[in-house]
Amino acid sequence: MKALVIDRDLPRFGAARLAAGLGASPGTRAGPLRLRDDVEPPGLPGPDWIRLRPRTSGICGSDLATVQGRSSRWFEPIVSFPFVPGHEIVADDPDGRRVVVEPVLGCVARGVTPVCPACAEGRIGNCGLLGHGHLAAGLQTGYCCDTGGGWSEELVAHRSQLHEVPDELDDHDALMVEPTACALHGALAAEIGPGDTVAVLGAGTLGYLAVAAVARWSAPLRLLVSARHPHQRDLVRSLAGDAVTPEVCGPDALDRAARRATASQAVGAPGHSGARLSGGVDVTIDCVGSTESITQALAVTRPGGRVIMVGMPGVETLDLTPLWQREIAVRGAYAYGIETVAGQRIRTFDLAFELVASHRLGRLVSATYPLERHRDALDHAANAGRRGGTKVAFDLHAPDHPAGRTLKGRR
Amino acid sequence: MLDVDRSTPPVLLHHGEQFRLERLPADRSRIVYPPEPLPGLDDPDAAIRRAIEEPIDSEPLRELLFPDMRLTIAFDDISLPLPKMRRPDIRQRVIEAVLDVAADVGVDDIHLIAALALHRRMTEAELRHSVGDRVYDAFAPRGQLYNHDAEDPDGMTVIGETRHGEEVQISTRAATSDLIVYVNLNLVSMDGGWKSTATGLSGYQGLRHHHNVATMRATRSFMDQDRSELHRSNWRQGAVLRDAGIKVFQIETTVNNDLFGDGPLAVLAKREWEWTPRDRATFMGVKAGLDRMTPGGRRRILHSWEAPYALTSVQAGEVEAVHRITTEHVYDQQLVAVEGQTDVVLYGLPYVGPYNVNSIMNPILVMCLGLGYFFNMYRGRPVVREGGVLIMTHPTTDEFHPVHHPSYIDFFEQVLAETTDPIEIERRYEVGYAEDEWYRHLYRTSYAYHGVHPFYMWYWGSHALEHLGGVVVVGGDPATVRRLGFRPASTLADALEIASDLVGPSPSITYVKNPPIGMADVT
Repeated sequence: MKALVIDRDLPRFGAARLAAGLGASPGTRAGPLRLRDDVEPPGLPGPDWIRLRPRTSGICGSDLATVQGRSSRWFEPIVSFPFVPGHEIVADDPDGRRVVVEPVLGCVARGVTPVCPACAEGRIGNCGLLGHGHLAAGLQTGYCCDTGGGWSEELVAHRSQLHEVPDELDDHDALMVEPTACALHGALAAEIGPGDTVAVLGAGTLGYLAVAAVARWSAPLRLLVSARHPHQRDLVRSLAGDAVTPEVCGPDALDRAARRATASQAVGAPGHSGARLSGGVDVTIDCVGSTESITQALAVTRPGGRVIMVGMPGVETLDLTPLWQREIAVRGAYAYGIETVAGQRIRTFDLAFELVASHRLGRLVSATYPLERHRDALDHAANAGRRGGTKVAFDLHAPDHPAGRTLKGRR
Repeated sequence: MLDVDRSTPPVLLHHGEQFRLERLPADRSRIVYPPEPLPGLDDPDAAIRRAIEEPIDSEPLRELLFPDMRLTIAFDDISLPLPKMRRPDIRQRVIEAVLDVAADVGVDDIHLIAALALHRRMTEAELRHSVGDRVYDAFAPRGQLYNHDAEDPDGMTVIGETRHGEEVQISTRAATSDLIVYVNLNLVSMDGGWKSTATGLSGYQGLRHHHNVATMRATRSFMDQDRSELHRSNWRQGAVLRDAGIKVFQIETTVNNDLFGDGPLAVLAKREWEWTPRDRATFMGVKAGLDRMTPGGRRRILHSWEAPYALTSVQAGEVEAVHRITTEHVYDQQLVAVEGQTDVVLYGLPYVGPYNVNSIMNPILVMCLGLGYFFNMYRGRPVVREGGVLIMTHPTTDEFHPVHHPSYIDFFEQVLAETTDPIEIERRYEVGYAEDEWYRHLYRTSYAYHGVHPFYMWYWGSHALEHLGGVVVVGGDPATVRRLGFRPASTLADALEIASDLVGPSPSITYVKNPPIGMADVT
């Protein structure tokens, strides 16, 4: 079958990391990702595993980091090579049902019994046995050599990973379920109160979805959103709906916006290095995960406030003194599991389906590409904001497949 | 005024800290030149002494003073004149004359206040330039010469309300003085009168009643006091001051139009068709020199220029009587008869306006200078017809002085990103900026304009925004110009093309050259 494959090729990872310094495109070209048409479909690892034919599979920020060699080596023991990337997956199962894959490979999928304490509580994202059971190491489908991934013509998945897509959602809506689950897991982890002031850093896919989730389940008093490009302002507004009117500003202006919104004093001129706010926002949700964004998060969060890291960081070098001096709590928000909303325990994916449906989040899918144009697709994804887009995906419908709408040619 | 024909040479337009030479379309363009400088008074100090000894509708200053009194001398701040004048500043001459009389009488309790309302505080160097070293050294070290602080919780007093419900609030020191001597430098006809005390020594509580959109839209123009709601409101507040027993001895001064003297910049005051080859060479040299410099270097050079203005009149006494005469003197120097309105008015914006002395003309100040001050330099009717187009030349970069204009940065980033409608801006944002504690802190302790000041700048242009069909900025940074709600054009020809879309083909064009300052008397 045809698939994009990443081999354990250390020289290529190194070359990609170096080339990525010149830009996204050189990084991708130098990296370990290769299109092959002779890949053997993965075998079924055990009972309750089935074959899936992907319809569409998204490109996530963590995928870009991987193909450009920018991922942290933290992942090395919990991935297995060669693997087919792609963990945002809408696929057909053998019965012809459309399904979304919940890609985390926790104890149930691995056939581990008894399940680990985290999986027992439904926190499958925190599964501690990612190298156990009848699967090779791999924290998610798309990072495991035994399961395949979405950037291919076929993969396997455990029945516990599958969520049937209701008819009212098209493929692009369905594609947004997995990233929506990630964002809303972070938004709910922030434990935002109605009187809080919240900043969301980044207006990419995760930023948009975090805004929608915050507005839907825990609308704060004031919401600030940093967005680099002017076109992102209206989309942020529409995603926030009537719950809160976000103030959208450029990343350079966020310090000043936070000062205004929280009636803080400032030492030095906000926006200039060396400026310090007396207060700041109660919660910052960092949907970027870069040195710059984490530094800014620490600068605009009030003493005793919280920073939720939703965007995947790598190896970042930054000054943590403000974290210490301002007693800021930093919490990661990875993947999903079970959320508690209004006293009810609900699967994150169920909430994500609801949010996708109510906001028609499929509109965030800006362009799809065939696997053959993977370099164009990855370049587009890396520059989506600049090019006026958001989510870029692979269109994997077979040529004769009665596919729904495609977005080829759309921006 | 000059009608442009094919023989008219390219004309000079100010372009911020640079210059442009532009050829205007023949047979449908005209140029309104500012009047030539009037001769100055031969002996300014004698004229000042005579004014305070023989005041108008008032007892002489000497008779208003007594030894145990509280005397407050308020004076106009750094926003006047533009550019600053060579030493000795007229304020210094007048203040020294007043202090001589006070010393003769034996007045000890004297405070001198820079009446800056919500403008930034003046630095020591700026105060020294205005009042002179002798006055500064005698009073500042003892805390008797200082900047007005409109946010001092213990330093402001509400005197009362006008019949229109306008609160009247001034400095407590001034309010509790036996006499306020207000020293004016009336650069344009907007300045002076009751606006001096009721605005210059006031704060947000008093200013908000006339520094607002409704007032500015009912002001046609703020350079024509007879048709200015801004002035009517100030005069009502002045009446409250007078009725409360607050005594004001008003001293007003006017200067001529001699901004550039006989030096290398003299060519800037000449009409282009009178330029000699030497003038042309001088201009090209100055232009080339400035063009090669960094923006910071250009700014330093230009802001260091001190004009050789000459005093053309000084009058003292009762506020309103004095001001009527002063206004006539301003008009004598500045009024230019203009027949009929135009489809397109063209301005070249210079490097300095009232609020960026020794500072940066940020985009909001560009708007204020073009649509506020320049547009309102008329009596009768605006130079440009209703629905017409205003074209101005200025680089209009996204650059702000972080110390002087902190709330302007936020206004640009937050407010103008949402709307340029003055009414909406006023309704949604004004109070938040006016009451922002950080802006208050910077206004009181640093050198920042008050948090609400950028709103007033925007309101200053609200009459023009309502009147005009469009605004085009030639040579401005496109993104910044668009943020202001205007249209960018890279050349004057492009700007005229854009204007033609709004007012029709072959529009009539009037270029109002300023500086030096001229005021159109449009019939």
